[in-house]
Amino acid sequence: MTTAIKVENIGKRYRIGSAPQKFRYGMLRDVIVDTAKAPFRYVSSLIRGEELVNPRSSYIWALKDVSFEVEEGHVLGIIGRNGAGKSTLLKVLSRVTEPTRGAVTVRGRVGSLLEVGTGFHPELTGRENIYLNGAILGMKRVEIDSKFDAIVDFSEVEQFIDTPVKRYSSGMYLRLAFAVAAHLEPEILVVDEVLAVGDAAFQKKCLGKMGDVAQQGRTVLFVSHNMSAILRLTQESIVLDKGRLLMRAPTQQAVDYYLSSGEAQAGERIWDAEDIPLSAAPFQPVALRLRDQRGKVVDTIRSMEPLSIEWEYHLAEQVTGLRVGFYLSTMRGEYLLTSFDTDDAKQYEKFGVRKAGHYISRCTLPPDLLNEGRFSLGVNASSFGVRRYFQDEQTLAFNVDISGAPGTHWAEQRPGPIRPRLDWKIETVE
Amino acid sequence: MSQNAVVKPDNIPTIYIRPSKGITSLNLRDLWVYRELVFFMLWRNIKIRYKQTLLGAAWAVIQPIATMIVFNFIFGRVAKVPTDGIPYPIFSFAALLPWGLFSTALNTGSRSLTTSQNMITKIYFPRLVLPIASVLAGLVDFAIAFVILVGMMFYYQVTPPAAIWTLPLFLLLAVITALGVALWLAAINVQYRDVNHALPFLTQFWLFLTPVAYSSAIISEKWQVVYSLNPMAGVVNGFRWALLGTNTGPDLSLLISVGISLAILISGLYYFRNMERTFADTI
Repeated sequence: MTTAIKVENIGKRYRIGSAPQKFRYGMLRDVIVDTAKAPFRYVSSLIRGEELVNPRSSYIWALKDVSFEVEEGHVLGIIGRNGAGKSTLLKVLSRVTEPTRGAVTVRGRVGSLLEVGTGFHPELTGRENIYLNGAILGMKRVEIDSKFDAIVDFSEVEQFIDTPVKRYSSGMYLRLAFAVAAHLEPEILVVDEVLAVGDAAFQKKCLGKMGDVAQQGRTVLFVSHNMSAILRLTQESIVLDKGRLLMRAPTQQAVDYYLSSGEAQAGERIWDAEDIPLSAAPFQPVALRLRDQRGKVVDTIRSMEPLSIEWEYHLAEQVTGLRVGFYLSTMRGEYLLTSFDTDDAKQYEKFGVRKAGHYISRCTLPPDLLNEGRFSLGVNASSFGVRRYFQDEQTLAFNVDISGAPGTHWAEQRPGPIRPRLDWKIETVE
Repeated sequence: MSQNAVVKPDNIPTIYIRPSKGITSLNLRDLWVYRELVFFMLWRNIKIRYKQTLLGAAWAVIQPIATMIVFNFIFGRVAKVPTDGIPYPIFSFAALLPWGLFSTALNTGSRSLTTSQNMITKIYFPRLVLPIASVLAGLVDFAIAFVILVGMMFYYQVTPPAAIWTLPLFLLLAVITALGVALWLAAINVQYRDVNHALPFLTQFWLFLTPVAYSSAIISEKWQVVYSLNPMAGVVNGFRWALLGTNTGPDLSLLISVGISLAILISGLYYFRNMERTFADTI
């Protein structure tokens, strides 16, 4: 087997604004000297083609010392939280950005589905955009000609192919965009979260297409928050955290590791400033906690007891239309429920506009709801139809212990994620 | 040795990705591989240029004609600048054509990277494609306006001299100059959007320094060399010479113009290539 991708100790450093600095006496002189020198520094940086180095700014390593190899024809999953370095890794592999350190050797053309629809122009028709987008993705004209019908067919927008895409619905737009990318047929395919688009039927089609690609002996890198998709499509995965490669293992093992690595402090997830993307402002998550009925922070609950979920957060300024809530899902990534603190209309009237300040949104999951096993909590803070401030689909994992629950006098595993106490009546019929 | 040699079943390219150090090579071969993309981007720029406008491509004509009318009034009637005995309208229009090409190309070229942010942060392709396609798209406007010029030449009964075959060379000089400056500005624009604000000002200033509204003959002899440092002066003089037969034919100052223009282009290419590696991070 030949190696398709060989990544050796790559690192990528980004500059993040200027670090906060307290006012000091004697600094004015520094500032003046600094300002006087700035034009010279600027000119010399222009000449050397380097990024201007500001002594007061700080850096962050989005990737550090990451090494791995992928054999030709393998499908590798990439798992990690938001900000773990997944996107940066893909950008380095697809040559969008240069690594700060290390080296990558890639055998073959890298096509990625993370740029679905990039370069699409709203004024151009579907037909024109297929050619334009194909060329941007690196296809030759003859190649596009020969695949044109297949692309149109796959996208299911045949009757609108000569309509400007600005008249398309968002679903049609995405289908067309995905169809072009899916027909690129590169030696190495990078897939990032595209499966979040489109309806269920189309998602199924996309997954099928990915499976085909892998079967044709092409190498696939698959990044997704959807653990069940990762489990289905990959045999092996790597886990990234804070820019470092934590492990490479068979996918089931990697997924388990990833889902349980969230709670360094059991039953609680605390956000550091560096974990919060800048785009979340003015929303700042502080902590997500699970408490049992005695108020103790726990990571294992008894299914017979109620479970209290609380999310502590800070608003730097007033937010209108805010809703703060969580997703509950199984370890395989199947959603069980989604709930928001202002789901109740009266509650929304009262808290739809929230002033700047510190808040806790708390709710209680009723007893006798979940079956035994491990579950995952995700969080979401958004203003419906306006903005999503913060989202993390795997924030915290917890265990459910079913001792004393209905049916536990039989020592057996019951399939299904929920285990409600149902009111059975038994009648004797003559 | 020949026994161990493995024949590659296909020509799958191997790409090495590592941080570049020092001055990178121009790597124009990469641009050649992506030549079809230049064509498609050019085609896109032309297609969308006058989309959702009422007058469409007529704008390519309206702009130079309107400018010519204003110039004709101010410089032709009021200031009465010398024109080598050529009617002022055609005298200025022959200069407004290459000038319009240059200023459109410079402006769209300098903004080409920042307006394609989405593409730059998501896909790899030689970034040179963007300014090149933008600059070349200006040629379509030029071609449309050129038809008007031909009409005017019939109207004023101006017979072009034999030197008209040199016209494409001056056109090329205008394109090269616009591309060279646009490469510098586009790359700087990625990091410092000041360029967007400076562009209208720069274009206007440059117009005054170019003999569009007036004849370069009014510049005194001792300043002629300094004046020819502006490559667009060479272009405009060349256009008048090749189209209208003025006595502003090629001389030493044209050589200086060509030299300067090539220097800007080559330095621009190197600067652009060196800044290219940080485009996706800083844009």
